[in-house]
Amino acid sequence: MPTVSMTVNGKKTSAEVEGRTLLVQYLREKLGLTGTHVGCDTSQCGACTVHINGLPIKSCTILAQQCEGQNVLTIEGLAKDGKLHPMQEAFRENHALQCGFCTPGMVMASIGIVDRHRKDSLDEKTVRHELEGNLCRCTGYHNIVKAILAAYPVMKG
Amino acid sequence: MYELNYKKAKSIDEATKAVGASGDNKFLAGGMTLIPTLKQRLAKLKDVVDLSGIPDLVGIKVDGKTVTIGAMTPHAQVAASPDVKKAIPALAKLAGGIGDPQVRNRGTIGGSISNNDPAADYPSAILGLGATVHTNKRAIKGDEFFKGMFETALQQGEMVTKVEFPVPEKASYMKFPNPASRYAIVGVFVSKTGNNVRVAVTGAGPVVFRQGEMEKALSSNFTPAAIEKIAHKADGLNADIHASAEYRAHLVGVMAKRAVAEANG
Repeated sequence: MPTVSMTVNGKKTSAEVEGRTLLVQYLREKLGLTGTHVGCDTSQCGACTVHINGLPIKSCTILAQQCEGQNVLTIEGLAKDGKLHPMQEAFRENHALQCGFCTPGMVMASIGIVDRHRKDSLDEKTVRHELEGNLCRCTGYHNIVKAILAAYPVMKG
Repeated sequence: MYELNYKKAKSIDEATKAVGASGDNKFLAGGMTLIPTLKQRLAKLKDVVDLSGIPDLVGIKVDGKTVTIGAMTPHAQVAASPDVKKAIPALAKLAGGIGDPQVRNRGTIGGSISNNDPAADYPSAILGLGATVHTNKRAIKGDEFFKGMFETALQQGEMVTKVEFPVPEKASYMKFPNPASRYAIVGVFVSKTGNNVRVAVTGAGPVVFRQGEMEKALSSNFTPAAIEKIAHKADGLNADIHASAEYRAHLVGVMAKRAVAEANG
């Protein structure tokens, strides 16, 4: 079996995989990073969203071997020294979750939204449009949108 | 997913050799359609050959008359490109409406048009702008590229390398998206350069097509009123759980009028 290596949350990782192994399987099954969820498994729901080289992508729709040598960031890599990332803090503060299943993907996608608008501004309409790739089955979008708008000025600094 | 081998090519030459003449192997671009297809076991491949390591295939070049987009350029880059926004804003808008942000970070123009999904957005821009599709072997006129549902002029082992769009005077893309997938239930791309008007429709039929009657009416009078009375026929259009053929036929007219209105600013 081929071996794949990539940096995950700042640490070098490596494991044997099959050609068909998906990134999300590599993260969950080989590295034990189960914060990244598999929801629909058909690239619709976004629960599996992680960042590759700073860009949010759906880890259920990319082969592990496509990520060779890349820099992957998962929900486990956000908090630093016991302190939540500003986006996580905003989700907590605004009660932007109910069951929590979609939350890791929502947080990773939300950071992507803020990153894309660091140089301009961010309004509710844009947030809602750019959240299209993430589904919440508790229909908790309202507070998620509030959380992203709250985290925006904090992250922008 | 059935078992497969993953290979990564460093050059166009290496990639085409690796895929070879066998239909058991395929190029892997962004994978936004191919990987879900493999996961559902709708396809079984021996090798997938990843094109992401070929720098020649990525990039956007704009001069006064053309916008050239490398096959492996992701939608997000096209959508965000100030040069594309300036030269053909309709193209940037189209790219920014494909799927969702995560999909746009991976999906590519080369992958989209090679797959030729009947509801994909990019084919309407190729036809609606009269673009030229360049491959490792030849240049194919946009009008001759899309052959049928999921079928193109590409031969086995032939790879799209870049797409060259002529810059129009005016253009716009309007789509009625499926609310879940964001694929076009109907999308209409219109462009005008002098008296040359193109109206390309995606999502409505088995393959993207031009609406000749509307093109003719718009070439002498580029206003929504000029096509007000043209009713597109439902014959041969797609019908599924999302929309009937009649509904799609109606949407062709609605989206075309909205596109003309937007193109006129």
